[in-house]
Amino acid sequence: MNDVVICLFGAAGYDKSAQGLAGAGRRLADELGGRLRAIVVGAGAATLASEVAGVVDSATVVDQAELAEYHPEFCLSTLAQLCGDLSPRAVLLSNDAYSQELAPRLAHRLGGSAVGDGVEVRVHGDCLRVVRQVYGGKAQAVIELKRKPAVVWLRARSFAPAPRRETASEITQAALEIMTDSRTRVVERKREETGSARLEDARVIVSGGRGIGGPEPFTTELLPLADLIGAQLAASRAACDAGWVPPTWQVGQTGKKVAPDLYLAIAIAGASQHMAGISEAKNIVAINTDSDAPIFKHCAFGIVEDYRKVVPLLREKLAALQK
Amino acid sequence: MNLLVCLKQILDPEIPARDFRVDVAKREAERGAANLVTNIFCENALETALQFRERLGVGRITVLSFGAATAEDSLRKALAMKADEAALVLNDGHPHPDPLTVARVLAAAIRKLGDFDLIMVGREAGDWGAGQTGGLLAEELGLPCVSFVDRIENPDGKLRLKRQTDTGWEMLEAEPPIVVTITNDEHNVPRIPKVRDVMTSYRQPLVQWTLDDLGIDADEARAGNNYYEVVDLSVPQKETRCEFVTGDTLDDRTEAFARRIHAVTSAL
Ligand SMILES: Cc1cc2nc3c(=O)[nH]c(=O)nc-3n(C[C@H](O)[C@H](O)[C@H](O)COP(=O)(O)OP(=O)(O)OC[C@H]3O[C@@H](n4cnc5c(N)ncnc54)[C@H](O)[C@@H]3O)c2cc1C
Ligand SMILES: Nc1ncnc2c1ncn2[C@@H]1O[C@H](COP(=O)(O)O)[C@@H](O)[C@H]1O
Repeated sequence: MNDVVICLFGAAGYDKSAQGLAGAGRRLADELGGRLRAIVVGAGAATLASEVAGVVDSATVVDQAELAEYHPEFCLSTLAQLCGDLSPRAVLLSNDAYSQELAPRLAHRLGGSAVGDGVEVRVHGDCLRVVRQVYGGKAQAVIELKRKPAVVWLRARSFAPAPRRETASEITQAALEIMTDSRTRVVERKREETGSARLEDARVIVSGGRGIGGPEPFTTELLPLADLIGAQLAASRAACDAGWVPPTWQVGQTGKKVAPDLYLAIAIAGASQHMAGISEAKNIVAINTDSDAPIFKHCAFGIVEDYRKVVPLLREKLAALQK
Repeated sequence: MNLLVCLKQILDPEIPARDFRVDVAKREAERGAANLVTNIFCENALETALQFRERLGVGRITVLSFGAATAEDSLRKALAMKADEAALVLNDGHPHPDPLTVARVLAAAIRKLGDFDLIMVGREAGDWGAGQTGGLLAEELGLPCVSFVDRIENPDGKLRLKRQTDTGWEMLEAEPPIVVTITNDEHNVPRIPKVRDVMTSYRQPLVQWTLDDLGIDADEARAGNNYYEVVDLSVPQKETRCEFVTGDTLDDRTEAFARRIHAVTSAL
């Protein structure tokens, strides 16, 4: 009853998000005096479970054919069955799109309460309390979950990983009767071409906003700059909404949450919803024509100038420095 | 096709951070000089619905809001954007009810309004950012749900939903009725209603119900906190002093800027 379950997708592997989730889960389980369990679903679940077994107290693998690729109804039905059997005090998920989609419905099926985008989970008497940003990152709230279990999706990457166990824990293979709700079917999947690493793992990011003015400068100006310093490209919502770059590039409250060592914001105003995605960047740096742009309130250093003048020159200077 | 779009009226989320204050005792944002607006993702949802209907050539769009009397403005604007019908459930209880309360109220109102093929909500509200109403509503109504949809099509009579994933997109085929949550993309930027349509929208009928009209536990709905409760709200004070690079010429300043960038990237 005091156990904590973490839900993981096999396909993602034991990435920083899975590690952070296990870390958050371990600390919460310790505080509750319960065990930490993992449910791993989908293709690659067995491999991921064998890694996770090194940090959790028990792992359940479900990699039946119906679950190989993500389907919202199948996955939900699976997690609801397994969590129902384990009857945990808390279920933790990461903040990937699939987990965000599942969490409230999972809470509903388990008779619990969900909350999302958590950056901290605390035990308070008989309740769990979750800290998260609200009002587009302008405020921080503490939310008390009234029903059990607590289902929480976390900014998993911001949590420290879990310590390893001395011996790997037991792995159970679950064989479920999955309710194959056929009212929805995935008929096509498309991966957007991106650079090498995932944006979430990038150590350097060059990001462009509405002030870029069109799609071309992303290719002719920002891309060569990014290549020079080993950066990934990203954008504000305004640039994505304009159709200049794909939606997968969006950083912010409703985009990717990133944590690079350097985030170079070019022609981005720095609305709180954008900043909510980069609160863990070590150095935020900006190029903006407006010295009063809110972005500068978060910057280590900056330059007040038209990016069209600065960026070509900046590339020259950086190339020279790298010699 | 009958489409229903849920609209939430919120405090303008784009007011600058420096003008934003919270009432710590009430655990909510102070209104200040901020306007009340329709949550952007709800407008993206309405725009998606309007375009879907334009492609179909037929279909009715109903808009529904649970909120204060002022939420009428959000509904009127939706009518001006060419939604057909509007319904308001007046909230005389907790000003920020939890997501399960909202989902239950909306579910009851939807049942009362009739049968819908597509129930559309925003991916999240720009005030509390819960991102739960769509999923909970689907569970309350016993329907499937697809999140982060940005386009709806209907080739050969089948419903096709394009939705964003972390790495790209997926296309799903769905049998109505279904709940979808809508996210933004370049194609669903909300249209601006014509001034004349805004004026005529105020003469269009608008269904209004109280919580007692819905056949639900109205007292529980008024309490609005059986699922979760905000126990603390604060504004974190975190400002960095930006060092603007200096120099007489653009070349000097860019040089200084480049050096500082290089200092970070070369250490990685
Ligand atoms: C619920 C909700 C969720 C949201 N989620 C997100 C999110 O996830 N991510 C996100 O980014 N936004 C999000 N937003 C939108 C956000 O509020 C802002 O509207 C958006 O971030 C603005 O993008 P921008 O800074 O590129 O554009 P603008 O606000 O138009 O700023 C452009 C900037 O470029 C500068 N500029 C112009 N020309 C030049 C030039 N030649 N050289 C240098 N500088 C120049 C200008 O001075 C200005 O500062 C959300 C909003 C809401 C309501
Ligand atoms: N009070 C409300 N009235 C109507 N729709 C709502 C209400 N609250 C939330 N919604 C819908 O649910 C979406 C997500 O909101 P939330 O789950 O609160 O983040 C919104 O974009 C609306 O479409």
